[in-house]
Amino acid sequence: MEKNNAKGWLYLLPAAVFLGFFLVYPLIDVSVYSLEEGYNFASQTYWGVGGYNYAYVLHDPYFLQALKNTFILVIITVPLSTGLALLISVGLSSIRKLRELYQTISFLPYVTNTLAVGLVFMILFKQTPYTDGLANLVLSWFGAGPVDFIGGPYWAKMFVLCFYTVWVVLPFKILVLTSALASVDQTYYNAAKVDGTSRLRVFTRITLPMISPSLFYLVITGFIGAFKAYSDAVALFGTDLNASEMNTIVGYIYDMLYGDSGGYPSYASAAAIVLFAIVLTITCINLLVSKKHVHY
Amino acid sequence: MDYEKLEKAAARRASVRKAVTYFFLSVWALAVLFPFYWMVLTSVKSYGAYNSEWIPQLYTLSPTLENYADAFTQVPLAGYFVNTIIFTLATTALMLIVTVLAAFAFARLNFRGRDLAFTLFLSLMMIPTELVVITNFVTITNWNLRNTFLGLILPSVTSVFYIYLLKENFSQIPDELYYAAKVDGTSDLKYLWKVLIPICRPTIVTITILKVIECWNSYIWPRLITDDQAYFLVSNGIQEIRENGFGRENIPAMMAAVVVISLPLIVLFLAFRRKIMAGVSRGGVKG
Repeated sequence: MEKNNAKGWLYLLPAAVFLGFFLVYPLIDVSVYSLEEGYNFASQTYWGVGGYNYAYVLHDPYFLQALKNTFILVIITVPLSTGLALLISVGLSSIRKLRELYQTISFLPYVTNTLAVGLVFMILFKQTPYTDGLANLVLSWFGAGPVDFIGGPYWAKMFVLCFYTVWVVLPFKILVLTSALASVDQTYYNAAKVDGTSRLRVFTRITLPMISPSLFYLVITGFIGAFKAYSDAVALFGTDLNASEMNTIVGYIYDMLYGDSGGYPSYASAAAIVLFAIVLTITCINLLVSKKHVHY
Repeated sequence: MDYEKLEKAAARRASVRKAVTYFFLSVWALAVLFPFYWMVLTSVKSYGAYNSEWIPQLYTLSPTLENYADAFTQVPLAGYFVNTIIFTLATTALMLIVTVLAAFAFARLNFRGRDLAFTLFLSLMMIPTELVVITNFVTITNWNLRNTFLGLILPSVTSVFYIYLLKENFSQIPDELYYAAKVDGTSDLKYLWKVLIPICRPTIVTITILKVIECWNSYIWPRLITDDQAYFLVSNGIQEIRENGFGRENIPAMMAAVVVISLPLIVLFLAFRRKIMAGVSRGGVKG
């Protein structure tokens, strides 16, 4: 084939310009920012280079709170949502009637605006002077006292955050797992049937290994996604997340950058790089673990 | 052995299992649908009726549409809507042009450094948005593009993943078509427009829909880059309504706004259900 160097690069140019300006340059720049001490946004000056920004961020009680919240959120929601998604997709693939309908319904949260539906969740759980809210009505049927899930105790708020996060992330996981289940070769099941293998054994010895690549993909993306949680928390508790003790790492980054407590791109950069390091470490651990348990 | 008994027992077990499955799935479906129901229900309750309910009512006998009128008159909901439509259309259109050209270059043109460039492109997929958003914020601020559509759109245009998806699709088209077009003296651009794009339309539709969903729901970047209400998108608009809208805690009116904002995507989803689900399972990631 003829070589047309100039033409090739010309077609690539728009993408390269956009990516260069808004992805590659920022990546370098953010590392530089994170090392510039005492950077002043207005005068664009700084007084030194070093690790002070990292030290500041790692000692900031707001950051530690955000770190704690994010880790709790990750530890609870990733296993829970993956397990639930597995249950639901196994259920979905075992039925024939109404399957389309259930699949469509279960996918709905994916196409909704996180902020908008978060507002609905807030109203369901919020206790106001006028009403205890629907969640508390349900609790009262079981004789449990009213709890303010939005402005009350820490674990009540954490519960709502986890609940909403699981609600939001499930559709994607269910979709991936149902397509994985559908692509398992039926021959294996037929062979197992001939051998009279029990259902549990079929599930653990055939189904799980066959869908393990998808499951593993979901665990990795689940971890990454949960570490970047932010919009869900804003939707439930409002933009001032530090006040409600529900901030996340990403929320901390944006608060440092902009808003009432903003104007510190250096701290934001340091926090962003800390987040990136955490995500990278967890992903590497996941990859190592998967080598043992995933069958490709 | 009594086979008849065994068979009966097995059939009974199967039907119990089925019943349990359906029950479980129905509970889940209700959990998904309930917030939507509550949102619509609350939006048709009047302000007075809603606030006098100490125990929340699961239905209403006197639905009203006044909240919808309030949503459009008391807060600039229509403005948020128009902004979001402009933003979504412009970003998606630009994304399509950039993506199609780049995918074509990678899939079809032969030039020095192509494979290296493609590898570099792929490695860009790993960069998290949170890391680059800081510098982008500074860049856009320095260019004086805050509170402009340009500032909203420019950093949201490219998606490496879509280039990759389309490139894979373009590469599947047999070379013979390209040579035939060349023999006929067709230019590359015309070949791209008349042959490749029509053949690969399903993929292009998929990435268009995914991008539209992404744009419609984008919150973080618009929040950083706009503080003038005239440029708010729906996500920021809903947050603004929640914190300062309607003067009082007018939850039914808020819910009306939420319904209006959620409706376009739900309609889009119901219309292109199969396409969207197939597209997302091929590689959409939320957030």
